[in-house]
Amino acid sequence: MAVCIAVIAKENYPLYIRSTPTENELKFHYMVHTSLDVVDEKISAMGKALVDQRELYLGLLYPTEDYKVYGYVTNSKVKFVMVVDSSNTALRDNEIRSMFRKLHNSYTDVMCNPFYNPGDRIQSSGSVSLSRAFDNMVTSMMIQVC
Amino acid sequence: MEAAAAAAAAAAAAAAAAGGGCGSGPPPLLLSEGEQQCYSELFARCAGAAGGGAGSGPPEAARVAPGTATAAAGPVADLFRASQLPAETLHQITELCGAKRVGYFGATQFYIALKLIAAAQSGLPVRRESIKCELPLPRFMMSKNDGEIRFGNPAELHGTKVQIPYLTTEKNSFKRMDDEDKQQETQSPTMSPLASPPSSPPHYQRVPLSHGYSKLRSSAEQIHPAPYEARQPLVQPEGSSSGGPGTKPLRHQASLIRSFSVERELQDNSSYPDEPWRITEEQREYYVNQFRSLQPDPSSFISGSVAKNFFTKSKLSIPELSYIWELSDADCDGALTLPEFCAAFHLIVARKNGYPLPEGLPPTLQPEYLQAAFPKPKWDCQLFDSYSESLPANQQPRDLNRMEKTSVKDMADLPVPTQDVTSDDKQATSKDSNSLKARPRSRSYSSTSIEEAMKRGEDPPTPPPRPQKTHSRASSLDLNKVFQPSVPATKSGLLPPPPALPPRPCPSQSEQVSEAELLPQLSRAPSQAAEGSPAKKDVPYSQPPSKPIRRKFRPENQATENQEPSTASSGPASAATMKPHPTVQKQSSKQKKAIQTAIRKNKEANAVLARLNSELQQQLKEVHQERIALENQLEQLRPVTVL
Repeated sequence: MAVCIAVIAKENYPLYIRSTPTENELKFHYMVHTSLDVVDEKISAMGKALVDQRELYLGLLYPTEDYKVYGYVTNSKVKFVMVVDSSNTALRDNEIRSMFRKLHNSYTDVMCNPFYNPGDRIQSSGSVSLSRAFDNMVTSMMIQVC
Repeated sequence: MEAAAAAAAAAAAAAAAAGGGCGSGPPPLLLSEGEQQCYSELFARCAGAAGGGAGSGPPEAARVAPGTATAAAGPVADLFRASQLPAETLHQITELCGAKRVGYFGATQFYIALKLIAAAQSGLPVRRESIKCELPLPRFMMSKNDGEIRFGNPAELHGTKVQIPYLTTEKNSFKRMDDEDKQQETQSPTMSPLASPPSSPPHYQRVPLSHGYSKLRSSAEQIHPAPYEARQPLVQPEGSSSGGPGTKPLRHQASLIRSFSVERELQDNSSYPDEPWRITEEQREYYVNQFRSLQPDPSSFISGSVAKNFFTKSKLSIPELSYIWELSDADCDGALTLPEFCAAFHLIVARKNGYPLPEGLPPTLQPEYLQAAFPKPKWDCQLFDSYSESLPANQQPRDLNRMEKTSVKDMADLPVPTQDVTSDDKQATSKDSNSLKARPRSRSYSSTSIEEAMKRGEDPPTPPPRPQKTHSRASSLDLNKVFQPSVPATKSGLLPPPPALPPRPCPSQSEQVSEAELLPQLSRAPSQAAEGSPAKKDVPYSQPPSKPIRRKFRPENQATENQEPSTASSGPASAATMKPHPTVQKQSSKQKKAIQTAIRKNKEANAVLARLNSELQQQLKEVHQERIALENQLEQLRPVTVL
């Protein structure tokens, strides 16, 4: 369903990026990077005092011809960005929300691991990966690309 | 040598004869040098066993003509059966090689048959064309047939004996070994032309192959370690009986593997696939003790950071540790309960012993399973009480002494003499400390490969002291905090401690009568030292100076005392144990021994005191920091109160 999923740290550097390898990944990385501006905009637009009331799900950040980019911010300013194929019109907002929620949950699980230092890359490769559960969850969300 | 050379020549002649002789029969037989030697020898054996008169000797018999040298059907049949091929295959082979046709086993037929046997054992179809292939040598499982054993040299004999245990053990393991050896024996044809193998190439090569096989098994296999280890004890007695060079690597390997199996406690006979993941009772107790060292309450959690520090000592890589954590922290809460901790510990142990990590948490390591299978043992409660930090105040001085005692004892690492223990509490802790000491220490004795698996990063002889040291320090600190308000009162209470305090273990081996007075002083000293540093604010400063003075006196007293009682004690001891020597030499050697023991004891005492010193220094630092913090707080509050 998702074509690319990225987790970005508070200081706006990537912790985890994964995209379906059909096209050149550079394009997705670029899209995620440019979407960070939009995320920041949305966060600041909500107002500093209303941090508590700010909703975590940001919704559609910006659409392009082929893709739509959705965003989600956690309370610790860790951002999740998801790029979805535009042709996949069947995807509704609820589904995107649920996907983000799942992402958030597995991200929390990775955080709970004391051997993971916050700010480290969430390693997705290697024989014994640092976060296999996270990987598997992301794969499950991405594999159903039509 | 001559026989070998002659056999080689005979084999060459026979090959030539075979090549030239039977045109309509099987295709010409091309044998490598090793094969030639092997076959000729086997042929000679079969021919020789047939009867003395059949052939005057292998060379002449073979050289005369193929027809005249025959191998009798009996031994040949036995040999073929020893190749462990099914009967049909053997029939096929005998047909193909032409023996049935000509009615006897001449040299050519025999060689062809051997080649076909080799082909069949390598898995190739039994056909005439197979003879042309480069094949490994045929393998013959020598049963305890007298005829077979009579053959050949001692080397071969050892080789056969080595194979016998493999025969007598479980069939499936044997089959597996065959596969393994088949793969490895494909290397053997390359070996055979190069080296001039002794008369029994298949057997000789077999032994190092099995050695390599056992290596493979120990490192990679995780599916069937139990039958393999069951085989090892069988191999051991057989190996000891033969004692050839081939068995030595086996035995060595077996001891390593057995030591490895000790870690996993050979007792498990349940489902194979769970074999490495099943926690035995002893392991379970060990894990529980470790858990308790990190977290006194067995029913609560170990936090992530504590567990991280602990597991990092196992020196596994961080990704692996994080993966193990992922597997074992089932509820993903960042903390480990007791079953989760046991599972994680077990995975670490397995990983250190070479098992690859599983994809998912094995069923035997699931928390529910662990909790159900191993309900907390009842002795937990007693230990828990003895370790608990919430003791009534009147017991605190004694407990403090006890903690210090155990720490001192552990540091000295000497066995606690039974006559020292006076109170039940002390007995309990000393027993516990001993039992705790003994269990991990027994592991380190039993194996060398587990030393890493001790995973405390400390010297093997002293695994338990560290947890207990931290315990004692922590508890002593806590107790001292409780102490502080009532320090003056208890100070006086401490000064005349019960005279029945256990003497220090170092000098305990000497006479105790003379030291009874000094030892309570010393026990007072460490207890006061432990107390004195945190309560430094309130304690009069005469205390610390007196402590080192006392200590200094102690070693000297100890030294002098040690010498005298030790000379006195070693006198009768040496009289009892030493052989009769001239008295002068006895005296000097006694003195030497006494001096050496005294030196040793002094060194030990030194080490103990040095460690105690460093501990106390650390406590001092911590308390200083606390003091500074408190003073800061006071400063902040002061303006409010003044106004």
